[in-house]
Amino acid sequence: MLEANNIIFSYDRGREPVLDRVNLRVEPGERVGIFSPSGSGKTTLLKILSGYLVPEKGQVLVDGSPLPQRGFCPVQMVWQHPERAVNPRLTMKKILAEGGPGNSRLETVFGIQEDWKRRYPGELSGGELQRFCIVRALGEGTRYLLADEITAMLDFITQAQIWRGLIEETEKRQIGMAVVSHSRELLDQVCTRIVTLEELKN
Amino acid sequence: MRNNERKKAVFLFLGAVLFLTAVTAAGIFCRQEALVTDFSRRNLAPCPEYWFGTDWMGRDMLARTLAGLSMSIRIGLFTAGISACIALVLGVTAAVMGKMADRVISFLIDTIMGIPHLLLLILVSYALGKGFRGVAVGVALTHWPSLTRVIRGEVLQLKNSEFYQISRKLGWGRGRAALRHMLPHILPQFMVGLILLFPHAILHESSITFLGFGLSSQQPAIGVILSESMRYLITGQWWLALFPGLMLVVTVLLFDAAGNSLRKLLDPASAHE
Repeated sequence: MLEANNIIFSYDRGREPVLDRVNLRVEPGERVGIFSPSGSGKTTLLKILSGYLVPEKGQVLVDGSPLPQRGFCPVQMVWQHPERAVNPRLTMKKILAEGGPGNSRLETVFGIQEDWKRRYPGELSGGELQRFCIVRALGEGTRYLLADEITAMLDFITQAQIWRGLIEETEKRQIGMAVVSHSRELLDQVCTRIVTLEELKN
Repeated sequence: MRNNERKKAVFLFLGAVLFLTAVTAAGIFCRQEALVTDFSRRNLAPCPEYWFGTDWMGRDMLARTLAGLSMSIRIGLFTAGISACIALVLGVTAAVMGKMADRVISFLIDTIMGIPHLLLLILVSYALGKGFRGVAVGVALTHWPSLTRVIRGEVLQLKNSEFYQISRKLGWGRGRAALRHMLPHILPQFMVGLILLFPHAILHESSITFLGFGLSSQQPAIGVILSESMRYLITGQWWLALFPGLMLVVTVLLFDAAGNSLRKLLDPASAHE
């Protein structure tokens, strides 16, 4: 289980915290949708859950132990802007290899074509890049996957394809997901449980 | 057919490199000839046989100029190389090794930049007993701060980039992630910075030699030629100063052009110009 206990976080110390005593639990194989207005700290919460930010108070536990400081992190996050999440000077093949040994089955599930891998990020569209980012984040060690508006800028067909792949893969491997989105309809479609950030505060 | 900006930049870069290599090579071959004195051909104005004229000891000024420039270019390459390496190490250290290292290195940069360049150069060169060693160490030790700043800023920016942070969470160690993600971004900056250091180094070397704190007067250095020619200028021997001075200016400008065209070529934003 991935759990966040009493997380307090503010970007400027002493200022009013963005997150004030937030609690969240994600079970393996579950998809938790987090729904709340812009600027309420959804992305910040995901960054804390995956170890990119360290909370002022409170802790993040994966199956009872804190996040590892180094090595492959069992909680992986897929970022909102795929074009910033990849190094513009590397080929897609090298970017994919960052996540570990290749997995051709996963590449097929997410519709990655062989000739895309020879290209540079600037030569692919946002949707195509996002597929690479998702496959990269689904390495063997990944137990929880956090999705931060990962399909907000994609057309409906691509959205459907990506989410179908994600649901299939995470259910098969019992990966727990936290999904952040502005779109209530999307969350209704893909999540097993929906919470608002307000409800997470106590 | 109209050439676009990139093609022009390629030609400019190759032309500059070719010219500078030719001068450096020619200077090495002219070294012996530059020292030959022949009093039967003293104080000749420029003529078809001696393009740059001859001086009061009958030395061929073209050979002297080429030998001097070649010396300056070689000193420039050597010192700019060392300076750029110092900048690379310090810049990366400041950005990666934490707040304390950053503060110390930033202080060093500000200190060196705060002292007038030439003054510091003279001080270092004089303290080391002038000559080749004094000049080389002096120029190498005073030219790193601006490039250090550029590299420090670049590394800091990359450290905060999403793709670097993601690769760390994917289990990449600091060194491996830095090699994979930082090097390809820093290398072009470093190369351009290095080339743009050459003209500085060359000018400063000839300045302090001109002022008498650099290379000794036996060496065919461009600074020596220029400072000696000052004495003969009033007697109407204008060619002693004009041609070596012009060649120095051309060399410096060409290095500058080479650096700027390389920057244009490596910068993805100019791909469509």
